[in-house]
This record gives sequence, structure tokens and C-alpha cells, in this order.
Amino acid sequence: MPTVDLTINGREITVEAGTTILQAARLAGFQIPTLCYLSGLSPTGACRVCVVEVEGARTLVPSCAFPVADGMVVRTHTARVRAARTAIVQLLLANHPQECLTCVRNGDCELQTLTRELNIREIPYQGERRLAPVDSSSPAIERDPEKCILCGRCVRVCQEIQNVGAISFTKRGFQSEVAPAYDRQLDITSCVNCGQCIIQCPTGALREHSSVRKVWEWLQDPNMHVVAQTAPAVRVGIGEMFGAAPGGIYTGQLVTALSNIGFDRVFDTNFAADLTIVEEATELVRRVKNNEPLPMITSCSPGWIKYCEHYYPDLIPHLSTCRSPHEMLGALIKSYYAEQYGIFPGNIAVVSIMPCTAKKFETERPELETNGFPSVDAVLTVREIARMIKTAGIDFLNLPPRDFDNPLGTSTGAADIFASTGGVMEAALRTAAFYLTGKELANVDFRDVRGLRGIKEATIKIGDMDVNVAVASGLANAKVLMDQIRKGESPYAFIEIMGCPGGCINGGGMPQGSNVETVRARMRAIYTIDQTKVYRRSHQNPAIRKLYEEYLGEPGSERAHHLLHTTYMARERS
Amino acid sequence: MISTTEFASIARLDNGHKNREVDLAAVDEILDSYKPLAPHALIPILQDVQEHYGFLPEAALDRIGRALDISTTRIFGVATFYNQFRLHPLGKHVIRICRGTACHVKGSAALLDTLEMELNIKAGSTTKDGLFSIETVACIGACSIAPVAMVGDKFHGRLTVKDIPRLVKSLKREDAKGAAEKAVA
Repeated sequence: MPTVDLTINGREITVEAGTTILQAARLAGFQIPTLCYLSGLSPTGACRVCVVEVEGARTLVPSCAFPVADGMVVRTHTARVRAARTAIVQLLLANHPQECLTCVRNGDCELQTLTRELNIREIPYQGERRLAPVDSSSPAIERDPEKCILCGRCVRVCQEIQNVGAISFTKRGFQSEVAPAYDRQLDITSCVNCGQCIIQCPTGALREHSSVRKVWEWLQDPNMHVVAQTAPAVRVGIGEMFGAAPGGIYTGQLVTALSNIGFDRVFDTNFAADLTIVEEATELVRRVKNNEPLPMITSCSPGWIKYCEHYYPDLIPHLSTCRSPHEMLGALIKSYYAEQYGIFPGNIAVVSIMPCTAKKFETERPELETNGFPSVDAVLTVREIARMIKTAGIDFLNLPPRDFDNPLGTSTGAADIFASTGGVMEAALRTAAFYLTGKELANVDFRDVRGLRGIKEATIKIGDMDVNVAVASGLANAKVLMDQIRKGESPYAFIEIMGCPGGCINGGGMPQGSNVETVRARMRAIYTIDQTKVYRRSHQNPAIRKLYEEYLGEPGSERAHHLLHTTYMARERS
Repeated sequence: MISTTEFASIARLDNGHKNREVDLAAVDEILDSYKPLAPHALIPILQDVQEHYGFLPEAALDRIGRALDISTTRIFGVATFYNQFRLHPLGKHVIRICRGTACHVKGSAALLDTLEMELNIKAGSTTKDGLFSIETVACIGACSIAPVAMVGDKFHGRLTVKDIPRLVKSLKREDAKGAAEKAVA
């Protein structure tokens, strides 16, 4: 790889050719502020906050889009540069609602941080402000266009990473707005509610549609039996909300915090992840034996499911009919648990704590009701539950750990890895291998399906069979595998798809401000938990065995189908 | 259980897709003429579609998006960025108010305000009955008779705000007369 020598702020540095000034400066130890820059995607140079001075250049240049050259002399924080950045941010602020104190992003807003770092003390520009109503139509995502600074990060992630394009730049000049076509409200677009736009949003313009108020009301109601369940990714993300380094494992603290807030029971969605594997592996074996549509595709990710309904309705028969784990657990809480403890299901509120915004939409699907009651009554993101824990005055990081409640709190390592791309596949293979051969695998680690690559393939030897599998995360990657199936060229028997790039550990409900390193740290934590579990194969979970013996009968039984499986519908694309 | 947001969305779907009824055969023909289709053909395709329909129907944007594998929202973004594209059909009478320097000095802002009030629409839009559209023009090139408005291809010079209601009335009268003659014939 050819290299380039340049000078940044008087320091000589050698970098690979093709590096941008921004990347080179970071390597040299100088942070240049950015707003529209999105690591990994093509730079747009739209916001100009990253401008720097290059000797010999007539104007300031945007460092995010400008490649380095031999002998280049760059200055990143001169008076001219600071004046330009200050003016840019002041102009943004002049068109921004001054309601930081009550904004959901107060304290972790990139625009706020930039204003602080540039030491801006006044907004000298006064004029008309663009006014626009908040769009709360979607149960998952709220749009507040007045807080939008038009950086376009959400637009790029929605179009380039997710291949959805539900929002785009519309109109021009002062009227410019990131919005759906025809100013439609988000709920009637083909937005899949993945929330990647929220993860990217530097301000409070995109945020989850919050259920915090509703949950507090239930917690205060003595007639309500309020049950929490937490997804595998939550335990490796929530620490960040309290200032801990990414990758910390806070399972026990989370359970204690939820119990202290006033939840009557704290169950583990992981229990249902094990259940999902037992049902899904059973379904896969049935499909193979009965010549039903293959490849079978996983159905745990509601963002992915809605994408399939909009864009590949013809391939719905390939989707596993298994409900997503938290919906399975909700169904069991409203039936098995309610019956066992003699509680009227109408008096139970199930609150799912999820790394996900799409589950907020999912839980309103009528087909997921259990005996006329919603299986899950509210979904909170990691950010929302952290806000509640802070409101309750709990010192989260220093809490004594506690175990999940039973009977729905025991899980295996196979359930933990659901949080990561490739995890559901690996967990399913551990169980499917046993179902197909009657023998336990000696080695349960399937390293080929691990890691952050967008599409992963593997051929797994199960007995004397070679099983081709594939894993995709991020919907543009899913599209590649789906187009193969549509053309009849898919070589796979089983495909795992997660809507968010990297899986739930990078879900739309996780802490904001993450990057690839953060996501890697969360992933390492997940596989660490798996390795330390007594049981690592879902079908060995003693609580699952008991559930089948006492209540469900066999995997794939009629009762299991009634409570744990679902249907899908074709949706219009827009 | 249907939530209130779902009810709301059903209602919006009904009135949000009002020009679904448009015959899209012409769109398909235009798309065919650009094969093999690639996203960079978007703007010429939109131009051809507008030339045929006089505007860009919503259903046409959906069809083009499907063909080019671009989201409708993205096409809407392009269509609303360039002034050359229209999302609504023009009215029978297009009244263009000149907003050039000379006309501005001679009070064209007041003309525009009065016309907007008279027709109860903003510049760039069309009355519900489809009779009138208001557009603004940077300079019509008739500064000697400023302030100027154009109705169709006719110039109306040295206008005052008092002329505006008269102008609108005469256009309406013309229409009524035309309709009556048609009925007799």
C-alpha cells in the first residue's frame, strides 16, 4: 500500500494513500469535530463543521471528504478554522428550538457538545425559524423535524445500510426537511422501525416513541402485576448509559434495578430464546423432512420481518413461523404463568426491555395476542429503562447483583448469543445437530458465523450431511440473500437475518453514540457470557424441559403453535 | 386490537393516495424507452412523465421507484428539489406574477398578496376547483409596463391591487360564458 507524508499542526505523519485528512488527523492525535460524517459510508461534506486549513488551498476544505497528499501542510484549529466552525454552529442554533433542558438528548446531544467545545456563548443571528409538527404516528419512532440539523446521517443509514429509504431530503432551501414522501406520517411508509436512524441522529430529532409514562403508571397501580423481561443484548449495553466502558456485563445489576423500581417479577427473555431454538430447530427438521420451503429464515428480528413483508411478500413462506422470543415469553406469562399463580391475565402488564425499537411496533400486531390479551403490553428501549433507573435515584453500577425470577428465568449460553449477528444460527445448529443425529456435539463453537461481516456463509457437517447456512445483518445485506432465493439460486438450507448491522448489540434501542469498537466490545461480552454458562445448548435447559412436560407437550405441538408461532402479511411498499 | 394510530393511518391512506387512479400505461412506455434501467436515468424519466401528464402523479413516482429500485421518498426528494417538477396539475388559468426588480419596486408584492387572498391559495398551488394556479416568475421581461401579470400567454401591465378582483371575475365570467355556449351547441 503506497503511503503519503504530510504535516498536521506541525507534526509529521505517514499514512496510507487515500486516507482522508480527518482520519489522518485522528491518527496524529487531533480530534476534528464532525456532524454529518458517518464512518464507513461515503462522505457528503454537507455540514462543513470539519473544515481545516490546507496550505496553498484557496478556501477551507472539508477534512472528512478531502484525501491527503504528499507534502500537504494541514492546520486543524487556526483562528480562521475556529471562526468558520463557530459561524456554522451558530447558524444551526439560530434555526434550532432552544429547549435543550427538556429535550430527550439533554446531556448526550452532539450539537450541544459541539456548542460547548467551540465555547459558543451567543447566537448572533436572528430570523425566521422553520416550524414543523412532531410526527408521533409510529409506535416505534418519533420525528421532530424542528430539531433536525439536516446532517443526513439518518438518510444515509436508511438508504445505504438498510435499503429502505423511508426518509429522504425533501424540498429545498429553507423548506428542506428530512421526511417521508408527500409529508406522509411515518406509520404508513415502509419504515421497518429498526431505529438505526435514531442511533445515528446527533440531536433529538429522531427518538423512540416513549412508553415510560405508561410503565410508571402500571408500577404505581396496586391492582397491576407488572412483569419485566430483558433481552440478551440489554445486559451488555446498559452499563454505557451510566458511564461504564462498553463491553461490561451488568445482568445482575439490571435485575436488582428492575426489582427496586417496583417490577413484581423480572424474567429473562433468554429463557424464551432457548424456547425459540427448540421450536425453530424442530421446524427446520420438519421442513427438511416434509419438503417444505427452504431455506428457512429466522424470525426473531421484527425490523427484518416488516422489511420482508414490504419487499419480499412472495418469500413469506420461507420465514420461520416462530414468534420473536419476547413475544413467546409474553404469551407464556399471560397463559402458563398466569394459570400457575392464579393471576387474571388482564391484570398482568408485561414490559419488555429491549435493544430494539421495532419491537414497539411488533407488540401492537393483533396476531400476537394471547387469548385476547396483548402478549406484551409495552416495550422499553435500553435508553428508556436507563432514564427510569436514573429517575428512581438508583446507583446502578454499584448495585448488588440478583438472579432472575423463576419459573421463566433460567437460560443457556445459546440464548445469550442471540444478541449478536450469527448467534441465532449458532444456537440453532447446536440443537438441530442433536435433533438430526441424536448425538450431542463435542464442540459447540461455530466460529464461521461469528464476527461483524455483513454476510457470512458456512457449510456445517451434521452427521453425514453437509448443511449450507448463511447469516446476514443489515437489510441491504439481507437483500442480497433474498434476491438469490427469488431467483431460485439460494444454496442454503437455513438463513439467519437480523435487521440491524451487527445484530441486537447494535440495535436501534441501544445506547447512542456507538461505533464499531463499541459494538465489538458488546459482542465479546456476549460470547464471554455464553462460555461461562453451565448449559450451552438450548434443548438442555432444565426449565424448558419442565415447561414442555408440564404445559406445552412436545416441541411443535398444537399448544406450542397456538402460543409460540405466528403469521405474516404482505404489505404495500412505498 | 387496533390501536388509534392504526385507525389514523387507514384514514390517511385513503386521502393520501388520491391520484392512484391515474392510467400508468404512459409511465411504463417511458420506462421501457430507458432500458436497461439505471438510477441515473431518474431525472430524464421524470421530465418525460411530467411532459405527458402535465405534472408528476403520486402513483407514477411509486411505479418509477419500483422500476429503478429507488424508494418513492427518494424520488419525491428529487422532484421537490428541482423547480421544474410539479406534483399537482396546473389550473385552467395560470396567473404568473412577475417578482422581478422593476415589478417589485412598482408593488408586485402587494399584487401577489391580493391575488393569494382573492383565490385563497398560496403561490405555487392550484385552487380546489382546478380553475386557477398562481406562480411567481423572477422576471417576465416586460419591465416597461411593470408591475406585470401574465394569464396564460396574455400580458396585463400597470396593474394595481384593485385590478386583481376584476381580473379574476372576468376570467370566471369567460368560463361561465364558454360553458353556456357549449351547452347550447
